[in-house]
Amino acid sequence: MPMIRSPHYTPRHEAFREAVRDFMAREVVPHFADWQAAGRTPRALWLKAGEAGLLCTKMSPAFGGGGGDLYHSLIIIEEQTRIGFNELTFYLHSDIIAPYIELYGTDDQKERFLPRMARGELVAAIAMTEPGAGSDLQAIRTTAVSDGNGYRLNGQKVFISNGQVGNLICVAAKTDPQAGGKGISLLLLETDGADGFVRGKNLNKIGCKAQDSSELFFDDVRVPPGNLLGGAEGQGFPLLMQRLPEERLIMAMSAVANMEEAVKETEARLTARGGIDAARTKLADCRIKAKMGRAFLEAAIDSFIEGTFDTTEGAMIKWWTTQRQNEVCDACVQLMGVDGYRMDNIVAHRYADSRLGRIAGGTNEIMKDLIGRSL
Amino acid sequence: MSRSKLPLTESHEIFRASARRFFETECAPNQRVWEKDGGVPRTIWQRAGELGFLCPRVGGNYGGFDADFLYSAIVAEEQARAGVVAPALLQSDSVASYIAAYGSEMQKRALLPHIAAGTALGALALRGQREARRDGQHYVLGGRADFVAGGHDAHFVIVAADTREGTSLFVVETGKTEGLAKSKAIKTLGQAAPGAVDLVFDDVRLPGACLLGEREGLGVAQIAARLTEERLLAAATAVAAIERAIRITTEYVKDRRAFKQRIIDFQNTRFRLAEAKTEAVALRIFLERCLREFLDGTLDAADAAALHHAAADRQCAIVDDCVQLHGGYGYILDYAVARMWTDGRLAKILACTDETVRDIVGSPQAVRA
Repeated sequence: MPMIRSPHYTPRHEAFREAVRDFMAREVVPHFADWQAAGRTPRALWLKAGEAGLLCTKMSPAFGGGGGDLYHSLIIIEEQTRIGFNELTFYLHSDIIAPYIELYGTDDQKERFLPRMARGELVAAIAMTEPGAGSDLQAIRTTAVSDGNGYRLNGQKVFISNGQVGNLICVAAKTDPQAGGKGISLLLLETDGADGFVRGKNLNKIGCKAQDSSELFFDDVRVPPGNLLGGAEGQGFPLLMQRLPEERLIMAMSAVANMEEAVKETEARLTARGGIDAARTKLADCRIKAKMGRAFLEAAIDSFIEGTFDTTEGAMIKWWTTQRQNEVCDACVQLMGVDGYRMDNIVAHRYADSRLGRIAGGTNEIMKDLIGRSL
Repeated sequence: MSRSKLPLTESHEIFRASARRFFETECAPNQRVWEKDGGVPRTIWQRAGELGFLCPRVGGNYGGFDADFLYSAIVAEEQARAGVVAPALLQSDSVASYIAAYGSEMQKRALLPHIAAGTALGALALRGQREARRDGQHYVLGGRADFVAGGHDAHFVIVAADTREGTSLFVVETGKTEGLAKSKAIKTLGQAAPGAVDLVFDDVRLPGACLLGEREGLGVAQIAARLTEERLLAAATAVAAIERAIRITTEYVKDRRAFKQRIIDFQNTRFRLAEAKTEAVALRIFLERCLREFLDGTLDAADAAALHHAAADRQCAIVDDCVQLHGGYGYILDYAVARMWTDGRLAKILACTDETVRDIVGSPQAVRA
């Protein structure tokens, strides 16, 4: 039985799932602990993922992409989650940044960047957040000033996923500092040989340890004129907002799969070591949450496919599933006692990883504000 | 959000519109009057019968119209949507499905057309322990049944009792039965009009034909087989109640002002309502998923239990939040939300207690599933 129940989910998707599962078992599981210790994934993984067709699955085959749909993205996330690989790594690259370029980029940009992204030669990051601007994107202070032959980037970014590993950074900067949200543009910076570009600390996070999350500094970094995304200034803000509902849907997929796995793992552990009987009631509560989450998610996916999924729905599914994910992972840790506190227990990882869900992709308070505005 | 695509036809929608009109215009305005009177007039049951709301799933030759389960769910939803607790129409749906599923031809002919018409009211006495001894062609029933919902007005009660072959169900008439004592209507936290009572059976002699089912010992299986649909209807009621509480409260907080702004302009208000709204959407999606699976015959009993538990639990939590957002008025029984708080508490208790539900969801069978 397919894991996603929907009339739009086909055997072709299921075959893709098999390939992804195989890739995870072969290329990720044996090395995962090393990457966690290193705080990043190696470039070699990206090249292998590109070769296996796991990158840019939705991108048009004309640019080397997989020509797939939302399900391909969901499958990758779901299969990553099954093995506890909760890092956002691929998804940012394939499902957020590549579509920006494919949907809004110039022909030249598409040709220069997309095939290399699909092959994993370019690893993409998106640099929005700054020390003084998180969910409130309009407050960013990084500037991109035109010097007649391109732009000069100045400023700093923080919490940038793929910031250590990435070599193509999509930077949100103000091309018109007076214009507020309308003055924000996206610039594509190839970092190899970029003077004035410095990667700062790889931040030590609570969870998602194999995901690099970096400070970035820009000191008069030159960006060629052809690297302004879409070729027109001031498009950054609406463009960044457009894809947020989809991003939240993918986070919900991760949250639901984490709940399901945490329940299964806890059950297996308690069955093996004893204590399952005392845990039944609490596990039942967790199972209810996972089941409701799965039904909620499937309805949201159908809504997305049918073109009705909007900001409010994106906020609802993201808030509900990540909130429940935290409750379930917390309960599972509790049920296992000190066993649940050891980092060689995958549930402890899920617990630490899950905390990010309530913060990333717009904090859950922002989600509630968005839902509240729709009342 | 994309709904789970229930097979609702135009007939369902016509039925829904009719139920909505009935509850809104003929029941809702009379709730306080009936509460003061200590019960509803018989005529309102008959009116509900005329309109086809009492046991739509029963076959046409017994007074129903052979409807699918969604018709019962529609009655449940519309009743809760209008905030109507009396008359408790689902009571008839529930007892009728016992009779229709397990009754002899004679029992069906004797009871179903009257249940459908609203001239016979039934109640269920399944919790607790009683004994029915065989005595020749008769049974002798002893013991008590506490808190029989709707028992005050009931003409008959379906009673579970221990027999030699295990638990069995009996149809017990309440009117002229010697040895059957009925308490006064129990004073309850909310839901005053439906009239729950305690029953005492003091060697009540029952003809053998009162046994429900072909033989003794089928009771547990009979109850278990009805449980899933009862849970679904209870969940439909709870979800509709949650949606009602949110609707009422949203209107209230948009209207009322404090500290020179509308209550809804406070972030706390928006956050709490946003959470409630999202919970309601998640529950409705899960409810519709379960209903669809029930119609397909694929619904897992554990899922129905999970749904029921979650819906009742959220109903109490959300209505409680809604009381809070009303401030002092939320505590005044003239306000709908205060009624919902007292009425709704029963949701977590009735049909099955919280813990029993969790036992089923958390049972080894459910764990394996």
